[in-house]
Amino acid sequence: MSVLIFVDIAEGQVKKVSLEALSYGAKLAEQLGTSAEGVVLGTPKEDLAALGKYGVSKIHHVSNPALDHLDAQLYTKVIAEVAGSTGATVIVFPNNMDGKSIAPRLSARLKAGLISGAVALPDTSNGFIVKKNVFSGKAFANISITTPVKIIALNPNAYPVRTGEGTATVAAFEAKVDSPRVKVISSTKASGEVPLTEAEVVVSAGRGLKGPENWGMVEELAKVLHAATACSRPVADAHWRPHNEHVGQTGIAIAPNLYIAIGISGAIQHLAGVNRSKVIVVINKDPEAPFFKAADYGIVGDAFDVVPKLTEAIRKIKA
Amino acid sequence: MKILVCISKTPDTTAKIAFTDNNTKFDTSGVQWIINPYDEWYALVRAIELKEKDASTIVHLVTVGGADAEPIIRKALALGGDEAFRVNADSHDSFYIASQIASIAKEGAYDLVFTGKETIDYNGSSIGGMVAELLDFPYISLASKFELNGTKATITREIEGGEETAEVDLPVVVSAAKGMAEQRIPNMRGIMAARTKPLKVSEPVAVEALTSVTSFGLPPAKAGVKLVPADNVDELVRLLHEEAKAL
Ligand SMILES: Cc1cc2nc3c(=O)[nH]c(=O)nc-3n(C[C@H](O)[C@H](O)[C@H](O)COP(=O)(O)OP(=O)(O)OC[C@H]3O[C@@H](n4cnc5c(N)ncnc54)[C@H](O)[C@@H]3O)c2cc1C
Repeated sequence: MSVLIFVDIAEGQVKKVSLEALSYGAKLAEQLGTSAEGVVLGTPKEDLAALGKYGVSKIHHVSNPALDHLDAQLYTKVIAEVAGSTGATVIVFPNNMDGKSIAPRLSARLKAGLISGAVALPDTSNGFIVKKNVFSGKAFANISITTPVKIIALNPNAYPVRTGEGTATVAAFEAKVDSPRVKVISSTKASGEVPLTEAEVVVSAGRGLKGPENWGMVEELAKVLHAATACSRPVADAHWRPHNEHVGQTGIAIAPNLYIAIGISGAIQHLAGVNRSKVIVVINKDPEAPFFKAADYGIVGDAFDVVPKLTEAIRKIKA
Repeated sequence: MKILVCISKTPDTTAKIAFTDNNTKFDTSGVQWIINPYDEWYALVRAIELKEKDASTIVHLVTVGGADAEPIIRKALALGGDEAFRVNADSHDSFYIASQIASIAKEGAYDLVFTGKETIDYNGSSIGGMVAELLDFPYISLASKFELNGTKATITREIEGGEETAEVDLPVVVSAAKGMAEQRIPNMRGIMAARTKPLKVSEPVAVEALTSVTSFGLPPAKAGVKLVPADNVDELVRLLHEEAKAL
């Protein structure tokens, strides 16, 4: 019995969602009275032993250039092998893009019940019950996993990264790796920008901004806050912003610590994807905008007047 | 080319979310049902576009659900597709549903299986990956672009802060996200044609569910908004910093 955590890396760097998964897995192992171990595939550029400070005692590293890009099929086979040989009874993934590719495959392979989008540690007092968001964040469900091996995919920003003392032993794991069937030919990454799904602060704007030429002030505000930018659906549909910024029920669901909504009315479909944010600030010139009902703080005012002033005020306190 | 598109029935995006039976069941009273938007706007429309490019392409739809799912599958057929399957079962367990779809997919020997990236009710994002594993097909999730070149597909998927493009030989399972296609409105001809398209109902294969819902709940309501005057952004910053500890 042990808890195995999949450590997702990109260009050799351990992703923040992986640190959350490690912290969650370590806490869960403590709760179950067992040990937590991690598994890393591909070619990390970081010292894996240092991952011990998130609470894992051991890292299994499967080094093979075929694993430098995600082929969910290969990853699943390798992780299944590691899980089998370590006797893992719970396997934790971050519920990010890669996690969503691999965890369901592994679930079907091992006939291990999967909860994707978990937001809390399992209740193990009577069975194994995991809380997850449903209806795009409008509700939650408690779901019981009834199989001996269990898989949890943890939502980003749902569990804090906990750092302690300790180093992990790093063990090379020899796995049979087939040749990949998915051949990655290119990847683009907006460098320097904060990925929306991982961001702790998100600055989002809607149709109230009138046109794409007015996004400069949104980007300025995001920059001083080290935030990601997002938008409402009509803004993405009109190609004012790229579609990967579209948040809401039919876009990306996010749960940052701080969500600032500028010139967004707060339609139910928009709220569904963002109402899990810890603190919501709304800037809207219409005092009747529905978003104010879902907000913690608000300013009734013209975005073109308020946003530049807000950027200045934040710059002052950050200095 | 044979394409199977997975179609799920979900509550309308404005549906009131409430629960009955001691918070163990979703309250369906007064709920309007729609095709899961990701299945409709992206997976189904992209499959139809492929058929429009190559008339020999066959597009089949599959849903796992009770008889009450038929209006939804007819609506999907009105957008396009040649025929549909309904596996007569009601389940919230992804593995159970995926096993039914995989069984239909195996029988039909499809080159391509499309799903939406997730359903807007259970937000599982799991069916595609499970079906792929059960069929031993490669899987690309959250695809924003899909191009076909003979038996080779070029697929772009979302990654954190960017995109990744890969080539894969068919067969493949793909989950579709925004960018794949644009929403369409069914026309009168499509709606008429859908009435007579074959809809085959089959009984489920025996599979053990791996999970079960024990209860539902609603998140606590917000305490209420604190309004700050527009000419005092410093006060907002102070509140965010000192009170909310969000800065
Ligand atoms: C099936 C379905 C799915 C959907 N999914 C999504 C989704 O995932 N995400 C999403 O966002 N939407 C979604 N929608 C659309 C949603 O219903 C709303 O239409 C949309 O969110 C509105 O976008 P908006 O707030 O930017 O624009 P509007 O509703 O036009 O609101 C603009 C706001 O800006 C304010 N404003 C105008 N000028 C200024 C100014 N100078 N300063 C400050 N404020 C100003 C106005 O008061 C108004 O409140 C969906 C709809 C459907 C039917």
